[in-house]
Amino acid sequence: MSDVSTMKAIADLVPQGSRVLDLGCGDGALLAYLQQTRACTGYGIEIADANVLACVKRGVNVIQLNLDEGLAMFDDASFDVVLQIDTLQHLRNAEVMLRETARVGKTGIVAFPNFGHWPNRLAVLMGRMPVTKRLPYQWYDTPNIRVGTYADFEVLAQRNQLNITDSFGLQDSRLVRIAPNLMAGTAVFKFSR
Amino acid sequence: MLIATPQSMHFADALPLESGASIRAYDLSYETYGTLNADKSNAVLICHALNASHHVAGVYAGQDKSEGWWDTMIGPGKSLDTNKFFVIGVNNLGSCFGSTGPMHMNPDTGRIYGADFPVVTVEDWVNAQARLMDALGIQTLAAVMGGSLGGMQALGWTLQFPDRVRHAVVIASAPNLTAENIAFNEVARRAIVTDPDFNGGHFYADSSRPETKPKRGLRIARMIGHITYLSDDVMNEKFGRQLREAVLGSAAGYKYSTQEVEFQIESYLRYQGDKFAEYFDANTYLLITRALDYFDPARGFDGNLSLALARAKAKFLLVSFTTDWRFSPQRSRELVKALLDNRRNVSYAEIDAPHGHDAFLLDDPRYMGVIGSYFDSVLKETEASA
Repeated sequence: MSDVSTMKAIADLVPQGSRVLDLGCGDGALLAYLQQTRACTGYGIEIADANVLACVKRGVNVIQLNLDEGLAMFDDASFDVVLQIDTLQHLRNAEVMLRETARVGKTGIVAFPNFGHWPNRLAVLMGRMPVTKRLPYQWYDTPNIRVGTYADFEVLAQRNQLNITDSFGLQDSRLVRIAPNLMAGTAVFKFSR
Repeated sequence: MLIATPQSMHFADALPLESGASIRAYDLSYETYGTLNADKSNAVLICHALNASHHVAGVYAGQDKSEGWWDTMIGPGKSLDTNKFFVIGVNNLGSCFGSTGPMHMNPDTGRIYGADFPVVTVEDWVNAQARLMDALGIQTLAAVMGGSLGGMQALGWTLQFPDRVRHAVVIASAPNLTAENIAFNEVARRAIVTDPDFNGGHFYADSSRPETKPKRGLRIARMIGHITYLSDDVMNEKFGRQLREAVLGSAAGYKYSTQEVEFQIESYLRYQGDKFAEYFDANTYLLITRALDYFDPARGFDGNLSLALARAKAKFLLVSFTTDWRFSPQRSRELVKALLDNRRNVSYAEIDAPHGHDAFLLDDPRYMGVIGSYFDSVLKETEASA
């Protein structure tokens, strides 16, 4: 997820000059890219010490918080865009955080590994949990505690009355708009309340 | 090894105070480390907390063990690198380490101030520090940094002189003290004031009487303060229920005495109290704890911290420590929220350290790493704009 073309595909969804909140911002690479190429401002949220340090090194605003404690610090619609890039699958309260994303951001953008991608389906059909480049973990040590598909997210979004304005898959740094649930390792959704 | 040289500057113009009183003339003790660059853009001011001074870094010539109180943080090649920044430590008014304080002569009366030293606030200190910056020819600070009460001063700078400070590093601090925190200060003050040797604050030697330092009160003040600067875990780990000396022939090893030192923690606290009472001034303790109590920038805004911080223009780094219950992470998050509401640049690190409030003075690699990286970015910005 950290390769440049993937980053660019996500960045293309973010309007020029947006005020951005990046939940689980990692080392701050995406925020730095948005600042440099799209004149965005904003903050990253991170829990890991090493990532907080990396963000400070890059000169990216970072706030060390545990997302599972919620976004009480942030007011309604206080950001143009809230990003959850490869974050959702790590959260205990993924649905609450999705609602929080829609509350704090005028627009939300979520990307996560799509377990409906055909190699994953094949692995499960063969009786094993998938281990791929996108999902490199064994079932017993994976940090991905929320395992869902592209199609699952559509149902969850509807359940929470989110208005999906764009969605596609990402595979080998290319956008997948035909049968993304089957053909893409990463699901990307852009939505508003 | 960085060699520190204390300096002093006299200010002949009266300093008006928040209380309405003023200090007619005063001296400020300070130290500087590193070199001020040609465009004077690399100056960093360090603000001290309750019992510290202008001696921030380095050692005094010929005194190996005289490290400054933030020597872990500041020096050549350290997180705040004195090879790159010009760092200034200043002792606040009312303190007992050189700057004008209650043990000095009141020029209006020709007598020692004692309890008559005017009440000074964080805002007053910041005003005095700004005058020192004027005298040093520094218009704009690259950064102002402080921990605890020092963090309040750093925050104060961004509100009182928003155009004179580019970055504020506010560590283990708070937008004001909670009732519990004021309560601890009050216990310490009562311990001092009720010491018979306090003599209404006029305990210094003069022509009519010898000095009577209220050491008993200072000791107890320091003991209670010390407890609140540590965490329960770290105290248990360090001392637990260890006895200072187990008594032979007693099954539990106890002395069965109410007055003698029994547990190691008692011995430690008494030692800390004794040491503190030797070098610290009782009136200074009262003044500085009061400055802590009074600090509350949101007070003039119906308690709305976001409105209070709207004036600030600086970029902020805030740091707190998970086990600090005297200046808890929650208080730092309040500051973060107020800065977010004002769309200010802010980064916040919450360091998972076991040492309580004292962690801000200790050498933790995550803490030092964040501060060091932040100052690297300050330096890059300074060089880019030069």
